[in-house]
Amino acid sequence: MHLFTGRDVFRRLYQFWVKIFAVSFGMGVVSGIVMSFQFGTNWSVFAEATAPVLGPLFSYEVLTAFFLEATFLGIMLFGWNKVGPKLHFFATAMVAIGTMLSAFWILSANSWMHTPAGYELRDGVFYPVDWWAIVFNPSFPYRLVHMVLAAYLTTAFVILGVGAWYRLKGTAHEASRVMLVMGVAFVSIVTPLQIVAGDFHGLNTLEHQPAKVAALEAHWETEKGAALALFAWPDAEAETNHYEISVPNMASLILMHDWDGELVGLKDFPASERPPVAPIFFSFRLMVGLGILMLIAGLTGLWLAFRGRLFDARGYHRYLVAMAPSGFLAVLAGWFTTEIGRQPYTVYGLLRTADSVSPVSAPSVAATLITFVIVYGIVFGGGMYYILRVIRTGPGKAPEHPVPDPYATPARPLSYPDEPVGEE
Amino acid sequence: MDSIDILPLVWFGVIAFGVFMYVLLDGFVLGIGILCGVAYGEAERDIMMNSVAPIWDGNETWLVLGGVALLAAFPPAYTVLLPALYLPLTGMLIALIFRGVAFEFRFKARRKLGWNLAFVLGSLVATFFQGVTLGAIVQGIEANGAQYVGGSFDWFSGFTMLTGFALVAGYALLGATWVVMKTTGLLQDRAYRWSRTLLTAVIVFMALVSVYVPFLDGNYAERWFGFPHALLLVPFPLLGVVVSYFLYRSVAARYEYWPFLLSLGMFAVGYGGLAASFWPHIIPPHLTIWNAASPPETQSFLIVGLLILLPFILFYTAWSYWIFRGKVGRDMGYH
Repeated sequence: MHLFTGRDVFRRLYQFWVKIFAVSFGMGVVSGIVMSFQFGTNWSVFAEATAPVLGPLFSYEVLTAFFLEATFLGIMLFGWNKVGPKLHFFATAMVAIGTMLSAFWILSANSWMHTPAGYELRDGVFYPVDWWAIVFNPSFPYRLVHMVLAAYLTTAFVILGVGAWYRLKGTAHEASRVMLVMGVAFVSIVTPLQIVAGDFHGLNTLEHQPAKVAALEAHWETEKGAALALFAWPDAEAETNHYEISVPNMASLILMHDWDGELVGLKDFPASERPPVAPIFFSFRLMVGLGILMLIAGLTGLWLAFRGRLFDARGYHRYLVAMAPSGFLAVLAGWFTTEIGRQPYTVYGLLRTADSVSPVSAPSVAATLITFVIVYGIVFGGGMYYILRVIRTGPGKAPEHPVPDPYATPARPLSYPDEPVGEE
Repeated sequence: MDSIDILPLVWFGVIAFGVFMYVLLDGFVLGIGILCGVAYGEAERDIMMNSVAPIWDGNETWLVLGGVALLAAFPPAYTVLLPALYLPLTGMLIALIFRGVAFEFRFKARRKLGWNLAFVLGSLVATFFQGVTLGAIVQGIEANGAQYVGGSFDWFSGFTMLTGFALVAGYALLGATWVVMKTTGLLQDRAYRWSRTLLTAVIVFMALVSVYVPFLDGNYAERWFGFPHALLLVPFPLLGVVVSYFLYRSVAARYEYWPFLLSLGMFAVGYGGLAASFWPHIIPPHLTIWNAASPPETQSFLIVGLLILLPFILFYTAWSYWIFRGKVGRDMGYH
């Protein structure tokens, strides 16, 4: 935007958010590396069975996305004074394209595990037969759209939350206006799209993983015109719900777009084929509930904007601050739903989770799990701390002097009179 | 030879190249991390970290490529190696996490001590465990088909400890010669001294490892001393002597670029020697590149994209090094 308009506020906003991006990217990179090894360290039987199919998808992710992101991120963060503005914009665009490609491949691999296609199973190993069918497996388009929109919405709500917080504090006037206008415009368009995308994804899940849908609706009996449970306490032992509050026929309407559609209940699946009901029942409701709150945020923002009060409505700003983490929560709840919902399988219907693990001793697994929990706690805690501090400092004023270019003074002698010599 | 014979060969080349790129590129970055432990003050650490901050991320990506390409092209090698080295690899990953976030967090921290420690110890531990991993592969891993059958601590041995320390010295040498190339003045003087000490250490370690390998289980002895395999191996020790001689001279003569380039050459020699001694195994003693290969459908699907994409990756990687060429000052950080 700075490149096209020349307005300084866009440059400052870019440099403000790029700091936050850098911190979260740093955390993402290091935890991503762990994932590429854990297929082998912890899931070696799964890896042996699926490597011929999934291995190339992961490899293409690295080749098309990771290198692109990592290399151009360096230019994006450190190259402001080394390359021209157009080249810098190019580097930023490459990073954005890299993240999209990354989402493409990893969601393709994940979707294949939910809706395997294009393979042939011989001696417990999946052999690829049709790569097109593997990559574009039945649930992939829905999952990709749903997740990419979710990621953008998450970011938009963080931006709105930060912008609203600056309004409440009365700082960063110009920058916070830009954040609010762009954020409201974005979420009021994308949230409805996301709800439609989620609906399509739901239809797709019902077609391929009916047990998951029955579980996330905590629906036990097969019936026509099924009711939608707004709240319930699912009891897997007794195969029923306690304290259920439900709306008649609504589940059939939502899931089948048919008032009297027949919804297959959990009792039609053997107990060994059912996912845990309660966790996904609640996580699904959390995700949908947050989606509705997001819709309210977008529509209210539009209404305020039309009345010219978007920058002054303090109540609305407080609401946005509270909604800042909503995207993260919704994404987590959604992933909980889909991943717990596909239990007890890693490759749906074909390879059980219990049969996927490595021959590693239980104490080793326990020790490393605890270590990872602690390490991630430290790292993500540190990351949050620095991000919050960047936010607290704010985009600020434009620096009076441009950042000095060290290469302008190449032979700078390495004597630092103001620096203590020796270990401190 | 049809595609079933050629593809594993090509793939072995690709993975060997990817791992080698990782060893070279992240090697000098990890070396910088190790040397930050002996640097004087925040100013020197700032310069050393700034010299690699724009490029470390791309360098580390070669490790991910090595991992996933092994999974795709030689699944049994992947599924045997990783559980066998469960603890060292987990240690390496955790160390890499701290090393990686230290780049971002240290720049933003007011009190840098904690992230300095994370950077130095992260680099040190990651390097050590990479050396252990290398040693464990050379000494052989017990497998039944595609699954590991040994214990949690089979990787622990005198030999793997030796390779662990050897790699620490090796990466530190790469780091020291990189600092020579990228800096001036007092820091560069110190980097020349580090280079000389570390070169001596590396030569001693290489000699120790070379002497040790033939005495390991497996058929290394007959490879090293038997005909005709020995002919394949003879060039490596000779080349090692030649390269280390020129490296020593270039440090003494205070050349700026040659020490780093020759250090890379030392690694190439050591790497080639190891690869030649366990060829055609990918994980000795059971898995060869032939019996560990994934189905040709998989190998061919990926190789097409790889051969198209790899030149691009190498091109823009080189381009980013070109952008950040030249000496580095302290003030070159975030804009």
